[in-house]
Amino acid sequence: MDAAPDLAAESQAQLSAEIEAGHRAYEEGLEQGLPEELGPRRDWPPYRSSLLRHPTKDLHHADPETIELFAPVFGERDVGALEADLTVQPGGEPIGERLVVRGRVVDGEGRPVRRQLVEVWQANAAGRYLHKRDQHPAPVDPHFTGVGRMLTDDDGWYQLRTIKPGPYPWKNHFNAWRPAHIHFSLFGREITQRIVTQMYFPGDPLFALDPIYQSIQDARARDRLVATYDHDLSEHEWATGYRWDIVLTGAHRTWTEPEDGDE
Amino acid sequence: MSEPALNEPALNEPTLNGPLPPTPGQTVGPFFGYALPYARGNELVEPGTPGAVRLHGTVRDGAGNPVPDALIEIWQADAAGDVVGRSGSILRDGTFTGWGRAETDREGGYWFRTVAPGSTEPGRARFFAVTVFARGLQDRLFTRAYLPDDPGSLGTDPLLTSLGAERRATLVTAREPDGSLRFDIRLQSDSKGEETVFLTYDRSTQPTRSTQPTRPARSARPGRDGAGA
Repeated sequence: MDAAPDLAAESQAQLSAEIEAGHRAYEEGLEQGLPEELGPRRDWPPYRSSLLRHPTKDLHHADPETIELFAPVFGERDVGALEADLTVQPGGEPIGERLVVRGRVVDGEGRPVRRQLVEVWQANAAGRYLHKRDQHPAPVDPHFTGVGRMLTDDDGWYQLRTIKPGPYPWKNHFNAWRPAHIHFSLFGREITQRIVTQMYFPGDPLFALDPIYQSIQDARARDRLVATYDHDLSEHEWATGYRWDIVLTGAHRTWTEPEDGDE
Repeated sequence: MSEPALNEPALNEPTLNGPLPPTPGQTVGPFFGYALPYARGNELVEPGTPGAVRLHGTVRDGAGNPVPDALIEIWQADAAGDVVGRSGSILRDGTFTGWGRAETDREGGYWFRTVAPGSTEPGRARFFAVTVFARGLQDRLFTRAYLPDDPGSLGTDPLLTSLGAERRATLVTAREPDGSLRFDIRLQSDSKGEETVFLTYDRSTQPTRSTQPTRPARSARPGRDGAGA
């Protein structure tokens, strides 16, 4: 527990005050008629690493060209069937609370994103990533890599098995902890729908303190990253279940019914 | 909590209240490096492929320092201008899929081995669609890396012509003496012109423009294989 004080001297109280002030300004803006923000802010000083890594100019509008109206295609030759189960590891089982996470990937019109790649990565039950730069002195689990991938099915469903990740300390400020999360990487039917995001667990006490989660100004938008406990997904004497659906942005390409006219 | 509508099993009904709110993005964080990159993810074509070109560059932050923990993805048409729609980007068995992924190295550098994309419509400017992720970057950024070689089509490109000369230059790759294409990405800069132009395709952010160019009839006929799928 030796967070270097010179690297992380600012207190949580200071960060929390910044987060609160930011959100208050957002709420006031809403009252004055500014639009609801659906995504995170790239320009969000409480997340210190963003200071020099966000564009200062507004995004420039582009009408998508042909290539941008399509997305890469992945198939079963890219993704092995076992890659959706992070608990299957050589030599033994990972330590931790077994989970099933299931959800649907849809576009802004609610249409399923079919046969598309979903990639995940996460810390182990102790909050440690299997990454050479992770210096958190928590145990590495020899039976957990925390990396998986899968394809959605014909109705846009994905499902993975894993163990619950632990909260993770980082150096944004002194005694900074990330809420437990699973990273998700997603593709749609058009490259403009591509996102990388994080799924969180309901009721995490670290939500209010986390500059990354709180970079999403709108409370309802933040809730969209939180999975729901779903008893129907829990498995008798085996695993608890969580449901998390993902909505990509709307499609630009004309949708034809049946949608596989071009597939 | 999820959108209540999504807890219903059937989602195919049209939504009455407009588009569903999208799931927000979040940063890839510092540890994607052992998860997202994969062997030869940056090699869209094999060495020695006719027309093979190296697309490379450096990602820098607002202080001009290299960003060693960024992830760059490209998506492109093939040399004939067709959107190929073939699986195999992860398998990398020699099939050209048009998609690749590269992480930056300690000096912020990335590279792809690919072919120059053809025009998807006659006379249309040719570019790689580029997506940028990084630790410290809360949400992905989209941009385009145009080929420098056809000034005619660059001069009529709707996006490029909507930008001033300095900003436009950030989107055009440079042909290096060795034939490679250089595309540096500047996430932030306070000096005008240097910061890469990043894009939004969101129609709601579109400035009021009544003269939207109509897209030429699509020559691209993506044959999606959904292969092995």
